[in-house]
Amino acid sequence: MSAPLLSVEGITVDLPTPRGPLRAVDGVDLTLAPGSTLGIVGESGCGKTMLSRAILQLLPKRAKLGGRIMFAGRDLVTLQPEELRRLRGPELAVVFQDPMTSLNPVLTIGTQIVETLQAHLGMDTVTAMRRGVELLAAVGIPAPEQRLRQYPHQLSGGMRQRVAIAIALSCEPKLLIADEPTTALDVTVQAQILDLLAREQQRRHMAMILITHDLGVVAGRTDEVAVMYAGRVVERAPTPKLFTRMRMPYTEALLAAIPKLDSPPHTPLPAIAGRPPDQTRPLKGCSFEPRCRYADDHCRSAKPPLADPERAGGLFACWHPL
Amino acid sequence: MAVLELERDVATEAPVRRPRRVGMLFIGSVAWIVLIGLSAIFADWLPIQSPTDMDLLAKRAPLFSPGHILGTDHLGRDELSRLIYGGRVSLLVGLLAPVIGVIIGGCLGMVAGYFRGRLETFAVGGVDVLLAFPPLVFVLAVTAFMGQSVANITIVIGVLGIPAFTRVARAVTLTLSEREFVTAARALGATHSRILMRELLPNVALPLLAFFLLAVAVTIVVEGALSFLGLGVPPPTASWGSMIGEGRENLDIAPWLAFLPAGFMFLTVLAFNVIGDTLRALTDPRPGAL
Repeated sequence: MSAPLLSVEGITVDLPTPRGPLRAVDGVDLTLAPGSTLGIVGESGCGKTMLSRAILQLLPKRAKLGGRIMFAGRDLVTLQPEELRRLRGPELAVVFQDPMTSLNPVLTIGTQIVETLQAHLGMDTVTAMRRGVELLAAVGIPAPEQRLRQYPHQLSGGMRQRVAIAIALSCEPKLLIADEPTTALDVTVQAQILDLLAREQQRRHMAMILITHDLGVVAGRTDEVAVMYAGRVVERAPTPKLFTRMRMPYTEALLAAIPKLDSPPHTPLPAIAGRPPDQTRPLKGCSFEPRCRYADDHCRSAKPPLADPERAGGLFACWHPL
Repeated sequence: MAVLELERDVATEAPVRRPRRVGMLFIGSVAWIVLIGLSAIFADWLPIQSPTDMDLLAKRAPLFSPGHILGTDHLGRDELSRLIYGGRVSLLVGLLAPVIGVIIGGCLGMVAGYFRGRLETFAVGGVDVLLAFPPLVFVLAVTAFMGQSVANITIVIGVLGIPAFTRVARAVTLTLSEREFVTAARALGATHSRILMRELLPNVALPLLAFFLLAVAVTIVVEGALSFLGLGVPPPTASWGSMIGEGRENLDIAPWLAFLPAGFMFLTVLAFNVIGDTLRALTDPRPGAL
């Protein structure tokens, strides 16, 4: 395996709340090789977005960050703001969840793409315009010349997300973080956008972190999957391995919660009972214990480490693996 | 390269412009402003009498008198000429003072709203101090020490307008800074100045412009009020406010001396408000829902 492009070591993110500090991300370790894809899966509030913001150093001002984030040999946490700014765009890029708000409503699509190209690659207007047309065509937007002159509100949600992807790809980043890129879109468009991301990722040999709450999205589109719960990675394994043999009860519950086409009508959807724990009051034991049907006293008293006790190639944090 | 599921050369129609209907009220308002503006600019070349030449034999001549279409005032000065030259002062102050406010207040508000922290505390604190200061005392102090002139009046009213512009700009910037496109711009490596100038300014400019036109209307009234109180431009220079003030003494025998400048001021202020509203509705590229 080649040297990792990104390695995250013991990242913690604390957010101040009126009820005390909330540990949104609790000691996460990740590595990502150049050109590979990592899926981060978890329910709302499990810390996956905060983790991505931490990697991008775009956390809210009041958030406290701990740990190391090594990207291409540099520690992003201690990097000077100016150096960090230079990395964003040509090295690190991001696609956000909601294309309705991630584009500036009062500037045309063309202005937003062209200015990015001019600022980072020093292109003149004509070259940048031509490149903008190519980019829009590459992300599957018909009649790109005309689209360049339009405002975001004149485009559909799927189109806007394609534009956002085009802008993120414009400077050929080495790492693209896609933070729930299809959550705000129609189901029919979701697959198109995911295929587009996968295709561009392979074509540009770009590493990608795909964040989602849908296990179905990461299946088949990622090399490795990390499942997050209550700020921690609870299971991490190569994608095929995870889906053939999942070890963590939470992962199993997540998968069971996906509706299946072949189940008979009126089959109740197995939801995960209970709610995620209050992260301002950390539990002593496993954080999934209150909702887990396999839990016992050991789970309540000691936190399981993320480890691979059987040397099977997948990491999990559970005392009673499946 | 992989084949796309969408055909590439489907000719989509060029974006259709929304039909932009403007009412007669808007056309009338523009016509009035153009008329007042042009006559104020070209007043020196118009075939009208001097606004300060007194004809004491024809004091308070009624409307439509020979030689004085709109009559004369209590010193026999031509009313039409004074209205046009008075419009010059009113428009000059009315347009320039809000420019001071919008530039200084807009910058202060955007910087405060974007950077937050101590900078914001200072900006908002300074603005509050300015707001708490009694405006009339401020005007009196400035005119007493620096003299009554159009320039001084403009500066004073302009400075007094800064707090309002700061608050509008800060409020808009605060909500916009939370929006994802600002985070997206930062994620693309945009500098602070770039985010302020290219991402935020175009969004802040629209509400500021609407507020600017409102401020023009308010400033014209304020200048009128100051002149009415004798704190405005010194006589014999005409301004609509001072004309109303002088006309007030003759309301019983020559009421038009007060009502004519008042009517001019009313129409001008109304026209600016109508134009401001219509322009905002027309230039906003965002359709209602945002």
